[in-house]
Amino acid sequence: MWRDAALVCGKDLRIELRSRVLVWQVVPFGILALILFALALGPSLDALRHGAPGILWLALLLASVLASSRSAAIEATEGTRATVRLLGLDAAGVFLGKVLALAVQLLVLTGILELGLLVLFHVDGGRLALATPLSCFAVVALAAVGTLYGALVAGTDVATTLLPLLVLPALAPVLIAGERGTASVLAGGGPGRWAIVLAVMAVAYLAVGVVLYGPLEDPS
Amino acid sequence: MSRAVDRALGPVALGLVVLTVWLGLWVTPPDELQGNIVRLLYLHPALAWVALYLAFGLAALSSALYLWPRTRASRWDLLAASTVEVGVVFLSLTLATGMLWGRPAWGVWWTWDARLTSTALLELLFIGYLAMRRVPADPHTRARRCAVLALLACLDVPIVHFSVQWWNGLHQGATIDAGFQFHVHGSMLWTLLLSFLAFTCVFAWMVRRRYQIAARSEEVEDTELQAALVERRAEGVR
Repeated sequence: MWRDAALVCGKDLRIELRSRVLVWQVVPFGILALILFALALGPSLDALRHGAPGILWLALLLASVLASSRSAAIEATEGTRATVRLLGLDAAGVFLGKVLALAVQLLVLTGILELGLLVLFHVDGGRLALATPLSCFAVVALAAVGTLYGALVAGTDVATTLLPLLVLPALAPVLIAGERGTASVLAGGGPGRWAIVLAVMAVAYLAVGVVLYGPLEDPS
Repeated sequence: MSRAVDRALGPVALGLVVLTVWLGLWVTPPDELQGNIVRLLYLHPALAWVALYLAFGLAALSSALYLWPRTRASRWDLLAASTVEVGVVFLSLTLATGMLWGRPAWGVWWTWDARLTSTALLELLFIGYLAMRRVPADPHTRARRCAVLALLACLDVPIVHFSVQWWNGLHQGATIDAGFQFHVHGSMLWTLLLSFLAFTCVFAWMVRRRYQIAARSEEVEDTELQAALVERRAEGVR
């Protein structure tokens, strides 16, 4: 299973390196979301600082939908599923590999969005760095949910409109925990229990994904 | 289900609802503190019970039975679809009656309490399920996807259930707790219990009807497909 996961992860990352969808579409969309939310809050520095944690996680969530959609689209291309089945790859391995590749991309995106937060929202960079454990657990949870729901809508004509409707309510707990944890860190506390909550979510989503991804891809 | 039970279910459900309304509005007394808004007690918990535990519990069970290769049959998919559709109606009514109660009791229609928020998310998750059912796909693929989606959405049900204990929000605790300890008494208790029975019967009747309609439309689709195939073969022979 782990060998299959490493193969699929490597494949997805190689495709990303060649196509640069993350660099040219997902990251600019995330930054655009940051800017638009800042415009909606107005020029008050206090309002921006107060809203910064929520806006960071909301921008990350919205951009993660694009990244998940892209990850699912790779598997939906003509003949890919048949090839994966012919290779005899373990479904759980395929799921974990795709989650890992997506998590790596989302971690890069989170780093860039946090830089945007420093520049646009004037938050304390030293304190924001303390939120790293939150980001690490959260991207795994986002990637697990995104991969599973991406597989659900892959190949349908309405995938682009259906995926946000399905995935965003499922990701709401990640948004709440991420926002609360980051707000706590920026206010001078630690990530503490919110990091644990996100870690539990990440493990739970991974476990559910490992169980349900197989039946989803099973053609019988 | 025998034909007699099938025929009797609708009138029995209607009779029980009428009895609940009569007891709830005219026989039971107003609450000492809450006055007449306590009468929503005979609607809201029963609607929530049907939506959260009966409808979505049945949806999870039938979806799991569909995904399990040994028990896979289209009837489980149809049952899951029917229970979710009816469950969404009951959950919408749960939210609406909760809001009607919240306005006089809390002073607002909506508050970001953990129970309310997790229930609203559950509603959105199952609206997503209903959207997925309407996506054109071959029946088996659609059934498999919807079964996975229903199981994922049902993960929110325990969160809704325990949200009152975990987060100590504004929403009150259970009216009837896990050890069947009742926190209401007398005619109010009997009316409350009757409301649970009445809405359970309404749910059973609605799911039964919805399932029959879904099964018949599947039969019609199959018949039309067979007729089209016969027609094409006849064209080929000519």
